[in-house]
Amino acid sequence: MNWTWFHKLASPPHAYRIAGSLAAWFGWPAFLLIIAGLYGGLILAPADYQQGDAFRIVYVHAPSAWLSMFIYGTMATAAVIGLIWRIKLAHAVAAASAPIGASFTFLALATGAIWGKPMWGTWWVWDARLTSELLLLFLYAGVMALRASIDDRDRADRASAVLAIVGVVNLPIIHYSVYWWNTLHQESTLTKIGKPSMAGEMLWPLLVMLLGFTLYYGAVLMVRLRAEILRRERDASWLRAGAGS
Amino acid sequence: MTTTPLVSAATLVYRRDLLLAVRHWGQAAQPLMFFAMVTTLFPLALGPDLGELRQVAGGILWVAALLASLLGVELLFRADHVDGTLEQMMVSGQPLAMLALAKGAAHWTICGLPLVLISPLVAGGLGVPGAALCTLMLSIGLGTGILSALGAIGSALTLGLRRGSVLLSLLVLPLAMPALIFGARAVDMAIHGESARGPLLLLAAMLVLAVTLAPAAVAAALRISAE
Repeated sequence: MNWTWFHKLASPPHAYRIAGSLAAWFGWPAFLLIIAGLYGGLILAPADYQQGDAFRIVYVHAPSAWLSMFIYGTMATAAVIGLIWRIKLAHAVAAASAPIGASFTFLALATGAIWGKPMWGTWWVWDARLTSELLLLFLYAGVMALRASIDDRDRADRASAVLAIVGVVNLPIIHYSVYWWNTLHQESTLTKIGKPSMAGEMLWPLLVMLLGFTLYYGAVLMVRLRAEILRRERDASWLRAGAGS
Repeated sequence: MTTTPLVSAATLVYRRDLLLAVRHWGQAAQPLMFFAMVTTLFPLALGPDLGELRQVAGGILWVAALLASLLGVELLFRADHVDGTLEQMMVSGQPLAMLALAKGAAHWTICGLPLVLISPLVAGGLGVPGAALCTLMLSIGLGTGILSALGAIGSALTLGLRRGSVLLSLLVLPLAMPALIFGARAVDMAIHGESARGPLLLLAAMLVLAVTLAPAAVAAALRISAE
Protein backbone atom coordinates (compact mmCIF):
# COMPACT_ATOMS: atom_id res chain seq x y z
CA MET A 1 0.00 0.00 0.00
CA ASN A 2 1.18 3.47 -0.81
CA TRP A 3 1.55 5.63 2.27
CA THR A 4 2.86 8.75 0.56
CA TRP A 5 -0.39 10.65 1.03
CA PHE A 6 -0.28 9.85 4.71
CA HIS A 7 3.22 11.16 5.24
CA LYS A 8 2.40 14.16 3.13
CA LEU A 9 -0.60 14.81 5.37
CA ALA A 10 1.58 14.65 8.43
CA SER A 11 4.14 17.11 7.11
CA PRO A 12 3.77 20.46 8.89
CA PRO A 13 3.34 22.77 5.88
CA HIS A 14 0.72 20.52 4.38
CA ALA A 15 -1.10 20.01 7.66
CA TYR A 16 -0.99 23.73 8.30
CA ARG A 17 -2.70 24.46 5.01
CA ILE A 18 -5.29 21.67 5.32
CA ALA A 19 -6.12 22.65 8.90
CA GLY A 20 -6.77 26.17 7.65
CA SER A 21 -9.37 25.11 5.14
CA LEU A 22 -10.85 22.42 7.44
CA ALA A 23 -11.40 25.06 10.11
CA ALA A 24 -13.85 26.79 7.80
CA TRP A 25 -15.42 23.52 6.68
CA PHE A 26 -16.09 22.56 10.30
CA GLY A 27 -16.76 26.06 11.56
CA TRP A 28 -19.61 27.21 9.34
CA PRO A 29 -21.74 24.05 9.61
CA ALA A 30 -21.11 24.13 13.36
CA PHE A 31 -22.31 27.72 13.52
CA LEU A 32 -25.47 26.98 11.52
CA LEU A 33 -26.25 23.78 13.42
CA ILE A 34 -25.81 25.44 16.80
CA ILE A 35 -28.09 28.33 15.76
CA ALA A 36 -30.69 25.81 14.52
CA GLY A 37 -30.31 23.67 17.63
CA LEU A 38 -30.66 26.66 19.94
CA TYR A 39 -33.75 27.82 18.10
CA GLY A 40 -35.26 24.36 18.23
CA GLY A 41 -34.30 23.81 21.83
CA LEU A 42 -35.06 27.18 23.34
CA ILE A 43 -38.08 28.24 21.30
CA LEU A 44 -39.72 25.36 19.43
CA ALA A 45 -39.43 22.60 22.02
CA PRO A 46 -42.20 22.56 24.65
CA ALA A 47 -41.38 22.95 28.33
CA ASP A 48 -40.87 19.72 30.24
CA TYR A 49 -43.92 18.68 32.27
CA GLN A 50 -41.79 18.05 35.34
CA GLN A 51 -38.80 20.31 35.00
CA GLY A 52 -40.38 23.25 33.18
CA ASP A 53 -38.00 25.42 31.25
CA ALA A 54 -35.04 24.40 33.39
CA PHE A 55 -34.55 21.27 31.30
CA ARG A 56 -33.43 23.41 28.36
CA ILE A 57 -29.92 23.62 29.75
CA VAL A 58 -29.54 20.03 28.56
CA TYR A 59 -28.95 21.45 25.07
CA VAL A 60 -25.63 22.80 26.29
CA HIS A 61 -24.98 20.32 29.08
CA ALA A 62 -25.31 17.03 27.21
CA PRO A 63 -23.16 18.06 24.19
CA SER A 64 -20.49 19.36 26.57
CA ALA A 65 -20.50 16.14 28.56
CA TRP A 66 -20.30 14.13 25.32
CA LEU A 67 -17.40 16.23 24.08
CA SER A 68 -15.57 16.01 27.39
CA MET A 69 -15.31 12.25 26.82
CA PHE A 70 -15.01 12.33 23.04
CA ILE A 71 -12.08 14.74 23.20
CA TYR A 72 -10.30 12.61 25.78
CA GLY A 73 -10.74 9.68 23.43
CA THR A 74 -9.41 11.72 20.51
CA MET A 75 -6.47 12.88 22.60
CA ALA A 76 -5.62 9.33 23.64
CA THR A 77 -5.95 8.06 20.07
CA ALA A 78 -3.66 10.83 18.84
CA ALA A 79 -1.28 9.95 21.67
CA VAL A 80 -1.18 6.29 20.60
CA ILE A 81 -0.55 7.27 16.97
CA GLY A 82 2.14 9.71 18.01
CA LEU A 83 3.87 7.19 20.26
CA ILE A 84 3.80 4.24 17.89
CA TRP A 85 4.48 5.88 14.53
CA ARG A 86 6.36 8.84 15.97
CA ILE A 87 4.20 11.32 14.10
CA LYS A 88 4.76 14.77 15.55
CA LEU A 89 1.51 16.05 14.10
CA ALA A 90 -0.43 13.55 16.23
CA HIS A 91 1.26 14.93 19.34
CA ALA A 92 0.32 18.41 18.17
CA VAL A 93 -3.31 17.26 17.89
CA ALA A 94 -3.17 15.86 21.41
CA ALA A 95 -1.59 19.06 22.71
CA ALA A 96 -4.21 21.19 20.98
CA SER A 97 -7.09 19.01 22.20
CA ALA A 98 -6.36 18.92 25.93
CA PRO A 99 -7.37 22.51 26.79
CA ILE A 100 -10.52 22.25 24.64
CA GLY A 101 -11.50 19.04 26.40
CA ALA A 102 -10.85 20.56 29.79
CA SER A 103 -13.01 23.56 28.87
CA PHE A 104 -15.92 21.36 27.82
CA THR A 105 -15.56 19.28 30.97
CA PHE A 106 -15.71 22.46 32.98
CA LEU A 107 -18.72 23.62 30.96
CA ALA A 108 -20.48 20.31 31.58
CA LEU A 109 -19.84 20.63 35.32
CA ALA A 110 -20.93 24.28 35.39
CA THR A 111 -24.15 23.71 33.45
CA GLY A 112 -24.81 20.64 35.59
CA ALA A 113 -24.48 22.75 38.70
CA ILE A 114 -26.77 25.46 37.32
CA TRP A 115 -29.33 22.79 36.47
CA GLY A 116 -28.90 21.09 39.83
CA LYS A 117 -29.71 24.20 41.84
CA PRO A 118 -33.44 24.33 40.93
CA MET A 119 -33.79 20.55 40.45
CA TRP A 120 -31.97 19.09 43.41
CA GLY A 121 -31.93 22.29 45.47
CA THR A 122 -28.14 22.36 45.62
CA TRP A 123 -25.28 23.37 43.36
CA TRP A 124 -23.35 20.21 43.91
CA VAL A 125 -24.12 16.68 45.00
CA TRP A 126 -21.61 13.85 45.22
CA ASP A 127 -23.41 11.99 42.53
CA ALA A 128 -21.61 9.39 40.46
CA ARG A 129 -21.64 11.10 37.09
CA LEU A 130 -20.82 14.52 38.48
CA THR A 131 -17.92 13.05 40.41
CA SER A 132 -16.53 11.10 37.48
CA GLU A 133 -16.82 14.23 35.35
CA LEU A 134 -14.83 16.07 38.01
CA LEU A 135 -12.20 13.32 37.96
CA LEU A 136 -12.08 13.64 34.18
CA LEU A 137 -11.30 17.33 34.67
CA PHE A 138 -8.47 16.31 37.01
CA LEU A 139 -7.15 13.88 34.40
CA TYR A 140 -7.10 16.67 31.82
CA ALA A 141 -5.38 18.90 34.36
CA GLY A 142 -2.74 16.22 34.93
CA VAL A 143 -1.98 15.84 31.22
CA MET A 144 -1.78 19.61 30.75
CA ALA A 145 0.33 20.09 33.87
CA LEU A 146 2.77 17.39 32.80
CA ARG A 147 3.10 18.92 29.35
CA ALA A 148 3.64 22.36 30.82
CA SER A 149 6.33 21.14 33.24
CA ILE A 150 8.62 19.59 30.66
CA ASP A 151 10.73 22.01 28.66
CA ASP A 152 11.91 19.59 26.02
CA ARG A 153 9.16 19.45 23.41
CA ASP A 154 9.75 15.85 22.36
CA ARG A 155 9.81 14.54 25.90
CA ALA A 156 6.73 16.59 26.80
CA ASP A 157 4.89 15.08 23.85
CA ARG A 158 5.71 11.50 24.63
CA ALA A 159 5.36 11.73 28.40
CA SER A 160 1.91 13.28 28.17
CA ALA A 161 1.00 10.68 25.55
CA VAL A 162 1.85 7.88 28.01
CA LEU A 163 -0.19 9.62 30.68
CA ALA A 164 -3.16 10.07 28.34
CA ILE A 165 -3.08 6.36 27.52
CA VAL A 166 -2.82 5.38 31.19
CA GLY A 167 -5.76 7.69 31.81
CA VAL A 168 -7.89 6.17 29.08
CA VAL A 169 -7.27 2.67 30.48
CA ASN A 170 -8.27 3.93 33.90
CA LEU A 171 -11.28 5.90 32.74
CA PRO A 172 -13.75 2.98 32.71
CA ILE A 173 -12.49 1.81 36.09
CA ILE A 174 -12.89 5.29 37.53
CA HIS A 175 -16.30 5.67 35.95
CA TYR A 176 -17.71 2.40 37.23
CA SER A 177 -16.17 2.60 40.66
CA VAL A 178 -17.64 6.04 41.13
CA TYR A 179 -20.91 4.74 39.77
CA TRP A 180 -21.11 1.93 42.29
CA TRP A 181 -19.95 4.29 44.97
CA ASN A 182 -23.01 6.49 44.75
CA THR A 183 -25.67 7.29 42.24
CA LEU A 184 -28.64 9.59 41.97
CA HIS A 185 -28.21 11.16 38.55
CA GLN A 186 -31.08 10.57 36.20
CA GLU A 187 -30.55 7.81 33.68
CA SER A 188 -28.88 8.82 30.47
CA THR A 189 -31.56 9.68 27.94
CA LEU A 190 -29.61 9.02 24.80
CA THR A 191 -27.99 5.66 25.44
CA LYS A 192 -31.19 3.85 24.60
CA ILE A 193 -30.71 4.28 20.91
CA GLY A 194 -33.72 2.23 19.84
CA LYS A 195 -36.30 4.14 21.83
CA PRO A 196 -35.12 7.38 23.39
CA SER A 197 -37.18 8.45 26.38
CA MET A 198 -37.49 11.96 25.02
CA ALA A 199 -40.19 13.43 22.82
CA GLY A 200 -39.18 13.98 19.21
CA GLU A 201 -39.53 17.74 19.27
CA MET A 202 -37.26 17.88 22.29
CA LEU A 203 -34.88 15.32 20.88
CA TRP A 204 -33.98 16.69 17.46
CA PRO A 205 -32.54 19.97 18.76
CA LEU A 206 -30.39 17.91 21.12
CA LEU A 207 -29.04 15.78 18.28
CA VAL A 208 -28.45 18.89 16.19
CA MET A 209 -26.60 20.49 19.09
CA LEU A 210 -24.51 17.33 19.59
CA LEU A 211 -23.44 17.42 15.97
CA GLY A 212 -22.94 21.17 16.03
CA PHE A 213 -20.78 21.04 19.17
CA THR A 214 -18.70 18.21 17.73
CA LEU A 215 -18.09 20.16 14.54
CA TYR A 216 -17.28 23.21 16.64
CA TYR A 217 -14.64 21.14 18.42
CA GLY A 218 -13.28 20.20 15.00
CA ALA A 219 -13.07 23.84 14.00
CA VAL A 220 -11.43 24.98 17.22
CA LEU A 221 -9.06 22.04 17.07
CA MET A 222 -7.95 23.06 13.56
CA VAL A 223 -7.36 26.65 14.65
CA ARG A 224 -5.41 25.53 17.71
CA LEU A 225 -3.54 22.98 15.64
CA ARG A 226 -2.38 25.74 13.31
CA ALA A 227 -1.14 27.74 16.27
CA GLU A 228 0.55 24.63 17.66
CA ILE A 229 2.27 23.96 14.31
CA LEU A 230 3.44 27.58 14.15
CA ARG A 231 4.84 27.33 17.66
CA ARG A 232 6.66 24.08 16.91
CA GLU A 233 7.94 25.07 13.50
CA ARG A 234 8.83 28.66 14.25
CA ASP A 235 12.37 28.18 13.00
CA ALA A 236 11.47 26.15 9.91
CA SER A 237 12.36 27.41 6.48
CA TRP A 238 8.94 26.74 4.93
CA LEU A 239 7.40 29.23 7.31
CA ARG A 240 9.83 31.98 6.33
CA ALA A 241 9.43 31.18 2.66
CA GLY A 242 5.67 30.98 2.65
CA ALA A 243 4.83 33.46 5.39
CA GLY A 244 1.54 35.10 4.65
CA SER A 245 0.19 32.40 2.38
CA MET B 1 28.52 -12.86 26.34
CA THR B 2 26.16 -14.50 28.77
CA THR B 3 23.27 -12.56 30.22
CA THR B 4 21.91 -13.07 33.68
CA PRO B 5 18.59 -14.95 33.70
CA LEU B 6 15.67 -12.60 34.07
CA VAL B 7 14.47 -13.89 37.42
CA SER B 8 17.84 -13.53 39.08
CA ALA B 9 18.29 -10.06 37.56
CA ALA B 10 14.93 -9.00 38.95
CA THR B 11 15.79 -10.56 42.31
CA LEU B 12 19.08 -8.67 42.33
CA VAL B 13 17.29 -5.37 41.71
CA TYR B 14 14.77 -6.19 44.42
CA ARG B 15 17.42 -7.11 46.99
CA ARG B 16 19.57 -4.14 46.10
CA ASP B 17 16.68 -1.74 46.70
CA LEU B 18 15.85 -3.40 50.01
CA LEU B 19 19.47 -3.22 51.09
CA LEU B 20 19.68 0.46 50.15
CA ALA B 21 16.52 1.12 52.13
CA VAL B 22 17.88 -0.69 55.18
CA ARG B 23 21.12 1.32 54.97
CA HIS B 24 19.17 4.56 54.76
CA TRP B 25 16.36 3.47 57.01
CA GLY B 26 15.73 7.01 58.23
CA GLN B 27 14.60 7.99 54.77
CA ALA B 28 12.52 4.86 54.31
CA ALA B 29 10.74 5.49 57.61
CA GLN B 30 9.56 8.97 56.63
CA PRO B 31 6.31 7.90 54.91
CA LEU B 32 5.53 5.79 57.95
CA MET B 33 5.98 8.78 60.26
CA PHE B 34 3.88 10.82 57.88
CA PHE B 35 1.08 8.24 58.05
CA ALA B 36 1.12 8.23 61.83
CA MET B 37 1.15 12.03 62.02
CA VAL B 38 -1.62 12.63 59.49
CA THR B 39 -3.90 10.17 61.27
CA THR B 40 -3.14 12.02 64.51
CA LEU B 41 -4.30 15.28 62.96
CA PHE B 42 -7.86 14.05 62.59
CA PRO B 43 -8.70 13.39 66.25
CA LEU B 44 -7.17 16.78 67.05
CA ALA B 45 -9.29 18.46 64.38
CA LEU B 46 -12.54 16.52 64.83
CA GLY B 47 -12.56 15.92 68.57
CA PRO B 48 -11.54 12.95 70.68
CA ASP B 49 -14.88 11.10 70.68
CA LEU B 50 -14.11 7.54 69.55
CA GLY B 51 -17.69 6.91 68.48
CA GLU B 52 -17.53 9.76 66.00
CA LEU B 53 -14.01 8.93 64.86
CA ARG B 54 -15.05 5.37 64.17
CA GLN B 55 -17.57 6.63 61.61
CA VAL B 56 -14.83 8.25 59.51
CA ALA B 57 -11.90 6.01 60.46
CA GLY B 58 -11.93 4.09 57.17
CA GLY B 59 -11.68 7.28 55.15
CA ILE B 60 -9.00 8.80 57.39
CA LEU B 61 -6.80 5.72 57.29
CA TRP B 62 -7.12 5.37 53.56
CA VAL B 63 -6.48 9.00 52.68
CA ALA B 64 -3.46 9.00 54.99
CA ALA B 65 -2.13 5.77 53.45
CA LEU B 66 -2.65 7.18 49.95
CA LEU B 67 -0.72 10.34 50.71
CA ALA B 68 2.02 8.44 52.51
CA SER B 69 2.46 6.12 49.51
CA LEU B 70 2.70 9.10 47.19
CA LEU B 71 5.34 10.64 49.40
CA GLY B 72 7.52 7.58 49.20
CA VAL B 73 7.11 6.84 45.52
CA GLU B 74 8.62 10.15 44.45
CA LEU B 75 12.12 8.91 45.15
CA LEU B 76 11.61 5.53 43.48
CA PHE B 77 13.79 6.20 40.42
CA ARG B 78 15.51 9.43 41.34
CA ALA B 79 18.74 8.11 42.85
CA ASP B 80 19.11 5.53 40.09
CA HIS B 81 18.57 8.23 37.50
CA VAL B 82 21.14 10.55 39.04
CA ASP B 83 23.95 7.99 39.42
CA GLY B 84 23.36 6.29 36.07
CA THR B 85 22.07 2.95 37.37
CA LEU B 86 18.88 3.43 35.43
CA GLU B 87 20.76 3.80 32.18
CA GLN B 88 22.70 0.63 32.94
CA MET B 89 19.40 -1.18 33.49
CA MET B 90 18.16 0.04 30.12
CA VAL B 91 21.20 -1.13 28.22
CA SER B 92 21.53 -4.37 30.20
CA GLY B 93 19.41 -6.29 27.70
CA GLN B 94 16.93 -7.26 30.38
CA PRO B 95 13.29 -6.31 29.82
CA LEU B 96 12.96 -2.95 31.53
CA ALA B 97 9.34 -3.64 32.48
CA MET B 98 10.40 -6.60 34.64
CA LEU B 99 13.12 -4.62 36.36
CA ALA B 100 10.58 -1.86 36.96
CA LEU B 101 8.24 -4.45 38.45
CA ALA B 102 11.04 -5.59 40.78
CA LYS B 103 11.66 -2.00 41.82
CA GLY B 104 7.95 -1.50 42.38
CA ALA B 105 7.78 -4.65 44.49
CA ALA B 106 10.76 -3.44 46.51
CA HIS B 107 9.07 -0.10 46.99
CA TRP B 108 5.94 -1.81 48.27
CA THR B 109 8.01 -3.87 50.71
CA ILE B 110 9.75 -0.75 51.99
CA CYS B 111 6.83 1.66 52.00
CA GLY B 112 3.56 -0.30 51.76
CA LEU B 113 4.23 -3.21 54.07
CA PRO B 114 5.20 -1.03 57.07
CA LEU B 115 1.95 0.89 56.59
CA VAL B 116 0.05 -2.40 56.69
CA LEU B 117 1.84 -3.42 59.86
CA ILE B 118 1.34 -0.12 61.67
CA SER B 119 -2.26 0.37 60.54
CA PRO B 120 -3.89 -1.75 63.32
CA LEU B 121 -2.08 0.38 65.90
CA VAL B 122 -3.24 3.63 64.33
CA ALA B 123 -6.73 2.23 63.73
CA GLY B 124 -7.03 1.27 67.38
CA GLY B 125 -6.52 4.91 68.24
CA LEU B 126 -9.39 5.84 65.94
CA GLY B 127 -11.79 3.44 67.65
CA VAL B 128 -11.81 0.76 64.98
CA PRO B 129 -13.05 -2.50 66.57
CA GLY B 130 -10.67 -5.46 66.71
CA ALA B 131 -12.81 -7.55 64.39
CA ALA B 132 -12.26 -5.08 61.54
CA LEU B 133 -8.47 -4.99 61.81
CA CYS B 134 -7.94 -7.98 59.56
CA THR B 135 -10.00 -6.42 56.75
CA LEU B 136 -8.20 -3.14 57.34
CA MET B 137 -4.76 -4.69 56.93
CA LEU B 138 -5.85 -6.61 53.86
CA SER B 139 -7.36 -3.56 52.20
CA ILE B 140 -4.35 -1.35 53.00
CA GLY B 141 -2.05 -4.09 51.74
CA LEU B 142 -3.88 -4.46 48.42
CA GLY B 143 -4.33 -0.72 48.12
CA THR B 144 -0.71 0.22 48.71
CA GLY B 145 0.21 -2.34 46.05
CA ILE B 146 -2.04 -0.53 43.55
CA LEU B 147 -0.61 2.79 44.66
CA SER B 148 2.96 1.58 44.25
CA ALA B 149 2.15 0.54 40.68
CA LEU B 150 0.36 3.79 39.79
CA GLY B 151 2.89 5.88 41.66
CA ALA B 152 5.72 4.23 39.75
CA ILE B 153 4.15 5.44 36.49
CA GLY B 154 3.89 8.98 37.82
CA SER B 155 7.37 8.83 39.27
CA ALA B 156 8.82 7.65 35.95
CA LEU B 157 7.00 10.38 34.04
CA THR B 158 8.13 13.18 36.35
CA LEU B 159 11.69 11.91 36.65
CA GLY B 160 14.20 14.72 36.87
CA LEU B 161 11.64 17.51 36.69
CA ARG B 162 11.77 20.56 38.90
CA ARG B 163 8.97 20.53 41.47
CA GLY B 164 8.13 17.02 40.42
CA SER B 165 6.46 16.10 43.70
CA VAL B 166 3.40 18.33 43.33
CA LEU B 167 3.07 17.27 39.72
CA LEU B 168 3.33 13.62 40.74
CA SER B 169 0.36 14.05 43.07
CA LEU B 170 -1.63 15.76 40.31
CA LEU B 171 -0.99 12.86 37.97
CA VAL B 172 -1.49 9.96 40.34
CA LEU B 173 -4.34 11.05 42.62
CA PRO B 174 -7.14 10.90 40.01
CA LEU B 175 -5.94 7.46 38.95
CA ALA B 176 -5.86 6.26 42.55
CA MET B 177 -9.44 7.19 43.38
CA PRO B 178 -11.05 3.84 42.50
CA ALA B 179 -8.69 2.16 44.97
CA LEU B 180 -9.59 4.75 47.58
CA ILE B 181 -13.31 4.21 47.01
CA PHE B 182 -13.23 0.45 47.46
CA GLY B 183 -10.53 0.40 50.11
CA ALA B 184 -12.30 2.87 52.36
CA ARG B 185 -15.60 1.14 51.69
CA ALA B 186 -14.18 -2.23 52.73
CA VAL B 187 -12.87 -0.81 56.00
CA ASP B 188 -16.14 0.97 56.62
CA MET B 189 -18.16 -2.19 56.04
CA ALA B 190 -15.90 -4.16 58.37
CA ILE B 191 -16.26 -1.51 61.07
CA HIS B 192 -20.03 -1.85 60.83
CA GLY B 193 -19.76 -5.61 61.12
CA GLU B 194 -20.61 -6.45 57.52
CA SER B 195 -18.67 -8.75 55.23
CA ALA B 196 -16.23 -6.71 53.14
CA ARG B 197 -15.66 -9.47 50.64
CA GLY B 198 -16.99 -7.57 47.61
CA PRO B 199 -14.83 -4.44 47.78
CA LEU B 200 -11.80 -6.51 48.78
CA LEU B 201 -12.18 -8.72 45.73
CA LEU B 202 -12.52 -5.65 43.53
CA LEU B 203 -9.38 -4.22 45.11
CA ALA B 204 -7.58 -7.48 44.40
CA ALA B 205 -8.76 -7.37 40.78
CA MET B 206 -7.45 -3.81 40.45
CA LEU B 207 -4.13 -4.89 41.92
CA VAL B 208 -3.82 -7.69 39.38
CA LEU B 209 -4.63 -5.25 36.58
CA ALA B 210 -2.19 -2.65 37.89
CA VAL B 211 0.64 -5.13 38.35
CA THR B 212 0.04 -6.51 34.85
CA LEU B 213 -0.19 -3.27 32.93
CA ALA B 214 1.75 -0.70 34.96
CA PRO B 215 5.27 -2.15 34.36
CA ALA B 216 4.89 -1.63 30.61
CA ALA B 217 3.81 1.98 31.15
CA VAL B 218 6.63 2.53 33.65
CA ALA B 219 9.18 1.15 31.20
CA ALA B 220 7.87 3.38 28.38
CA ALA B 221 7.89 6.40 30.68
CA LEU B 222 11.42 5.66 31.91
CA ARG B 223 12.73 5.44 28.37
CA ILE B 224 11.14 8.79 27.55
CA SER B 225 12.34 10.50 30.70
CA ALA B 226 15.88 9.17 30.73
CA GLU B 227 16.71 9.96 27.12
